[in-house]
Amino acid sequence: MILSFAKILAILKKEFIQLKRDRATAAMVIFIPLIQLLLFGYAINNDPKHLNTVVLSEDNSIFSRNFVVGLKNSEYFHVAGEIKSDAEGRKLLQKGDVQFVVTIPGNFSRDLIRRRVPSVLIEADAADPVTAAGAVGAAREILTSALARDLSGVLSFLRNDNLLPANVIIHKLYNPEGFTNYNVIPGLIGALLTLMGIMVTALSLTRERERGTMENMLAMPVKPMEVMLGKIIPHIIIGYIQAAIIVAAAKFLFTIPLAGSSFLLAIAMMMFIICNLALGLAVSTIAKNQMQSLQIAMFIFLPSLMLSGFMFPFYGMPSWAQMIGSCFPMTYFVRITRGIMLKGSNFSEMWQNFWALLLFMCIVTGIAAKLYKKTLD
Amino acid sequence: MSYAIDVRNLTKKIKNNAIVDHINIRVQRGKIYGFLGPNGSGKTTTMRMLCGLLSSDDGEGHCLGFDFKKESDKIKSQVGYMTQKFSFWEDLTIRENLEFTVKMFQKDNIEKRVRKSLEKAGLTSRAEQLAGTLSGGWKQRLALTACLIHEPKLLLLDEPTAGVDPKARKAFWEDIRNFADSGFTVLVSTHYTDEAERCDKIIYIAYGSIMAEGTVSEIMCGFSSMEDSFIYYTDNSLRNKL
Repeated sequence: MILSFAKILAILKKEFIQLKRDRATAAMVIFIPLIQLLLFGYAINNDPKHLNTVVLSEDNSIFSRNFVVGLKNSEYFHVAGEIKSDAEGRKLLQKGDVQFVVTIPGNFSRDLIRRRVPSVLIEADAADPVTAAGAVGAAREILTSALARDLSGVLSFLRNDNLLPANVIIHKLYNPEGFTNYNVIPGLIGALLTLMGIMVTALSLTRERERGTMENMLAMPVKPMEVMLGKIIPHIIIGYIQAAIIVAAAKFLFTIPLAGSSFLLAIAMMMFIICNLALGLAVSTIAKNQMQSLQIAMFIFLPSLMLSGFMFPFYGMPSWAQMIGSCFPMTYFVRITRGIMLKGSNFSEMWQNFWALLLFMCIVTGIAAKLYKKTLD
Repeated sequence: MSYAIDVRNLTKKIKNNAIVDHINIRVQRGKIYGFLGPNGSGKTTTMRMLCGLLSSDDGEGHCLGFDFKKESDKIKSQVGYMTQKFSFWEDLTIRENLEFTVKMFQKDNIEKRVRKSLEKAGLTSRAEQLAGTLSGGWKQRLALTACLIHEPKLLLLDEPTAGVDPKARKAFWEDIRNFADSGFTVLVSTHYTDEAERCDKIIYIAYGSIMAEGTVSEIMCGFSSMEDSFIYYTDNSLRNKL
């Protein structure tokens, strides 16, 4: 199939002229990101549970083992396994596979017996500060109750009602000050691109159908792929403008660091924008009018928002919700933006998410191309 | 004699209900064919199938020498199809609409072509006006101009003069007569009997079937007016169906 560049360009130009004359939409493109940014800049409180945790235990004693059992039995932590080194823990945190690495130092039981008040170290992925904040309290509670049981009988002399026998120290990584908007704003890019991408494309195509101009366009010798490209390209550009607004606002308004490669971020955005535009195209082929396409767009947008890890920590959701969440490209995109903007992650640490996005992009584009009708039937 | 349209057994079904039921259409080159019939008789559906806008459920044949089922892209590039409802972009200006159309048909000399068309249609002074702000008559003028801008060999006009004043209608018919006289073909659907009388041949369609076909005098034979014949064929078809 040979596509005509001139025809695509003609459609593209027409779209831009129409957008320019449609003041309301043009304003929406600029102001929605800004308004959302200010609204979402504040925390959404929640109560996370079963957060992935790995344990690095250098002290093999009854005390440390009981503490780990305590962690396992708790609702807050989900002990995914034990690791052997510090570096391994860092890597898991960086990739976002675990939220916490609990380290029990080698001298833990010795110091405990000598009443030196040993400490357990928790390294937390504080990109989501709400999650991290709860961890300290929960861990201290678990440690105290685990030791209380063990420090009985002949060891009861170690108990001191005024002083805890051991301490919990937390290291907040990636977002030491615990700003919630650190976590929200990178995710917001995903939310906005989803909303605008699906909605604007779906509307622009159903509008043509509703007004009858689609009939005119179909009567012209133009290939469906040319129409699709002509419709999609302007919105890729718009998507980038919106993303740029948010990234700029994040940097200058909320002083969020852009720790990783902005080039990698731009590539992820391209893939994600195409995913959403293709979704929008697919929606437009199903919807009979603009109202319907708006409703279907919302039907996709809301669960993306709720289940992608944007609103609630992904691994804190029940497994069925995680399963549904995995079906939305936004889930992977939010991980990528958080990884790049907050943790400075590189491609090798996030390739699974990129792979998932690529897969989505191909499948959704294929479906949209298949559903796109050449005739009025 | 060569035919611009030569299609047999053309059929369109919607849920087993035949909207167009095995009709045969032959249209000679260089003639104006009037397509008459009550509302819902299948005129629009037939036209849409001929230019590849709708798929057909049965039938075979040719349109401008191309297989109408398989070569709809080639047909589209040589057909000017004017929709019943104004279907150009209301938020584009007249000039932008024409430019877009030329580009879609991949014709060269875009600027010259648009300028000439504007002049011919008397639209030059309004070229920068948004199409949505035009009155009904001017909209129809724009639609016809856009349909002709790529020099089609066949015009399919779906009730082109509905809601247009008599003066504009007269000018419109002069235009399509000129078009036919230069060897091209027109199939035009209409409800106006005075317009039907201007056609070289008439095809009566009702309930998805062709009721009568012929020149104006053939059709009028035995009737005092075009209206009478129209009503007769429509009623007759209903009787046959029942």
